[in-house]
Amino acid sequence: MNVLFHLPIIVILIPLTAAYLMPLVGHKWKKWCNSLAVVALALSFVASLVLARLVLVNGPMHYYMAGFMPPWGIELVVDYLGAYMCVVISFITLLVALYSKEYITKELSEQRRPQYYTLLLLLTGSMMGASITGDLFNLFVCFEILSISSYALVSISGEGKALLAGYKYLLIGAIASSFLLLGIGHLYISTGTLNMADMFVRLPPLYSSWTVLAALALLIVGLSIKTALFPLHVWLPDAYTNAPCSVPVLSTLVIKVGAVAIIRLLFNIFQPSFVINTIPMTAALSYIAAIAIIVASLFAISQTDIKRMLAYSSVCHVAYVILGIGVGTELGLTGGMLHIINHAVTKGCLFFCAGAIIYKTGTRNIREFGGLGRKMPVTMGAFTLAALSMVGIPPTNGFMSKFYIALAAMTAGRPECAIVILLSSLLNAIYFIRVINITYFGIPEEEIEIDEAPPTMLYPIVMLAACCLILGFGVELPLTILRPAAQVLLGV
Amino acid sequence: MEPVYSIRPALAIAISLTCAGLIGLTGKRHRNFREFWTLSAAVSKYIIVISMFPLVYHGGEYIFSTFEIIPGVGFDLRVDAFSMFFSFLSSFLWIVTSVYSIGYMRSLHEHSQTRYYLSFAVCVASTIGIAFADNLFTLFIFYEMLTIATYPLIIHEETPEAMAAGRKYLIYLLGASLFILLGMVITYSLTGTLTFSNSGILAGHGTPETLKTLFVLFVIGFGTKAAIMPLHGWLPSAMVAPTPVSALLHAVAVVKAGVFGLIRVIYFIYGTDLMRELGLGLPLAIAASITIIVASLFALAQDNLKLRLAYSTVSQLSYIILGVALLTPSAATGGIIHIANQAFMKITLFFCAGAIFVQTGKKNISEMHGIGKTMPLTMICFAICAMGMAGVPPMAGFITKWYLCLGALEAGQPIFVAVLLTSALLNIAYFFPPIYNAFFMEPEKGAKKDNDPTWWLLLPIVLCALASIFLGLIPRAPFTPLRLASVVVEQIMGGLL
Repeated sequence: MNVLFHLPIIVILIPLTAAYLMPLVGHKWKKWCNSLAVVALALSFVASLVLARLVLVNGPMHYYMAGFMPPWGIELVVDYLGAYMCVVISFITLLVALYSKEYITKELSEQRRPQYYTLLLLLTGSMMGASITGDLFNLFVCFEILSISSYALVSISGEGKALLAGYKYLLIGAIASSFLLLGIGHLYISTGTLNMADMFVRLPPLYSSWTVLAALALLIVGLSIKTALFPLHVWLPDAYTNAPCSVPVLSTLVIKVGAVAIIRLLFNIFQPSFVINTIPMTAALSYIAAIAIIVASLFAISQTDIKRMLAYSSVCHVAYVILGIGVGTELGLTGGMLHIINHAVTKGCLFFCAGAIIYKTGTRNIREFGGLGRKMPVTMGAFTLAALSMVGIPPTNGFMSKFYIALAAMTAGRPECAIVILLSSLLNAIYFIRVINITYFGIPEEEIEIDEAPPTMLYPIVMLAACCLILGFGVELPLTILRPAAQVLLGV
Repeated sequence: MEPVYSIRPALAIAISLTCAGLIGLTGKRHRNFREFWTLSAAVSKYIIVISMFPLVYHGGEYIFSTFEIIPGVGFDLRVDAFSMFFSFLSSFLWIVTSVYSIGYMRSLHEHSQTRYYLSFAVCVASTIGIAFADNLFTLFIFYEMLTIATYPLIIHEETPEAMAAGRKYLIYLLGASLFILLGMVITYSLTGTLTFSNSGILAGHGTPETLKTLFVLFVIGFGTKAAIMPLHGWLPSAMVAPTPVSALLHAVAVVKAGVFGLIRVIYFIYGTDLMRELGLGLPLAIAASITIIVASLFALAQDNLKLRLAYSTVSQLSYIILGVALLTPSAATGGIIHIANQAFMKITLFFCAGAIFVQTGKKNISEMHGIGKTMPLTMICFAICAMGMAGVPPMAGFITKWYLCLGALEAGQPIFVAVLLTSALLNIAYFFPPIYNAFFMEPEKGAKKDNDPTWWLLLPIVLCALASIFLGLIPRAPFTPLRLASVVVEQIMGGLL
């Protein structure tokens, strides 16, 4: 019982501790870096599963760091959403670590590998921290750790373009961070507390204050940048394109954590009735998201670089999540949160496949993918399945989230949002089916001798592709935790 | 009658999916073995479907329910009379088409045959899934599976023309499925269920305006697969695919899935009474009539035999829709039996066109001089079914036309009788040239005599042609499509036959 009681902090501490051990291990025993990362992440995955089960059985858990009671001490609140995010994050990062074993030998020099794993673990720990913290300033700290490790991961290869992309990301991210800090400062001045639950109680009398409203605006803009919500997505395509393929997989999680922070801000710090009815913040977000979905899809259609195409597709799909939140009903929130795992799994699979293709062929240009369907059948099979899921073809998981978000928009009396979602799946079809067509039916320009990717890369790919189907048929699986999550968030 | 819980519906679907897997594993190294999988799966699937026939024929149902996907809607299968009608037809035609495919693909030494057989098996599995779906959600899952699985078949030739046809196909059908999805979402938000019911589920929900808009969404969605004009554009383009694929498209599965879905929506989501109340039948019947006439005129102008047949399908499919839209028992019976009648006749016609192509390499009607003399058996079957299409007794097409005319009069809309008769004339007009060319023109010099194809190709042709005579001669024998269609109509309209 004692261990279980400390589980919230253990989940975060496992990857963080491993991150601090990593440079040491990397210095002495380079070979063991990957194993350490895999073991740490596997442990944290198991811990997250246990945590999720505990939360499902006993309801949300509160953990007071070092025993200081809130609102003075830092509080960790593992609610349904937090537990869910921990499972998603640790699962995907575990697969990233597995995948990286072979993959980064080609992408990174030997000295950089320990750094890569250190950053990976740091990122994981901070993402989980950001998802389950109950303290606003702690949220900011976690965001800083995860942003800084993302900047470094983007430019880890040390090549000119990667450095430039990382720098761009850093600049824009720093602006976002200052927005966040300013917003948090405003809220702190107004309420005198940093604990979210405390703030939730103290804020309603202050709703007419300009300071509080400014804080909301600042935080929303800051988080929108972190979430890459169009038109604040400009850092994302470069960052995704120039980083090794495992980084975008992590980054899809990073932008999801941004979306979770938006959920926290809207429903855990402010009252749902305030952001839905008094100032229609959710409605505004949903319209921005609707525009984002269409524009990002159009951008994706015009790309020839596979990673860039997938990057724009990510911008589009994170907007699905925001749209779901923006609908502002229980069903919409459920659908939006459902898309967090569905998109993480599917886009993870697509980026892994892209990584495997680049690993084998060295090209990122879609037009040169001719004939890959025959040479890398497993990879391309998984790619096809995941692409169909992105398009939203049943019975894949992408269809389920699409259905839920569209249904939510429809029942909330917002048919235009439902139509945008459906239209977007057509646009998605255009750019994904082009890739599939080329790989299966295109004729290679020159015959190159390549075979299937190594098993350590194939296992994560196959696992995620299988998840696309499992989460499609077994959509109840994530929903068992997401339904109470939405109810708790909306206070119904 | 109490429904029977059984695994058989799931088994019927699983068997073709397993078959697809086995085909993929076997590959082209052991091609005889691969074809053995196709044939054995086709036969065993047919046996499974047939085993459910007697109970369903007497008004019973088989149910196989699994888990809930969304609250109130599960991934469930149910075999009622209408499911049985469609699945019986397509599983039978799968056997025939498999035999034909083997003959056709081998004669022409086609490439990527493994992919071909694999996709075909998935298509048939999805079709049976569509037939057995207990609710719109399950139907939609299989419907989309069918759309995707048909794509590799349409672009089989991999020529630029085929790729363009494939692109057109996907844009039309994926676009259309969005309408279905939207309709499904609206239906679910109105009623909280999607399960088909004999009396419809929408009655008493929503305003008439909402329901009318919803109906338009469904008609566009399913109508694209059913090739209602002007949503038919993909079907003629898709005839670049090998002939057995055309058979799949036009007879076994694809367009029929669209019609099937539309009928499910009309009778099992809306229900006859609500359809009458909202007055939705007449506009649909008019749209169908326009399609019947215009598509026949288009068919007249085609020289490519398969293209002419494709437009003929567009026209004939609207017979079914017209019958269903008239909302009277006789018309509905006529519409539903035409699913089977058109399938048998059109598959024969396509098989003949394919056989001509295999034996002589000719695609255009104007080149087919005297082939009736060199390929007598093939062309006799062609002539029989062409006449059947035009509604000449004693072929199956006549039965359809009889019931449809009866239904139009029952509905008090004699104008549709005129439509049907005009269409019969046009049918004769566009089927006459190929028959005339075949039998009354002299073959070119040097043409081979006794050029009938191998029995792999000929047997399916003869079998289907005989079936279309049989269905016209003794339509009311027990266990025929007409009897089954009567059971369906009895269930949805309370029975007047």
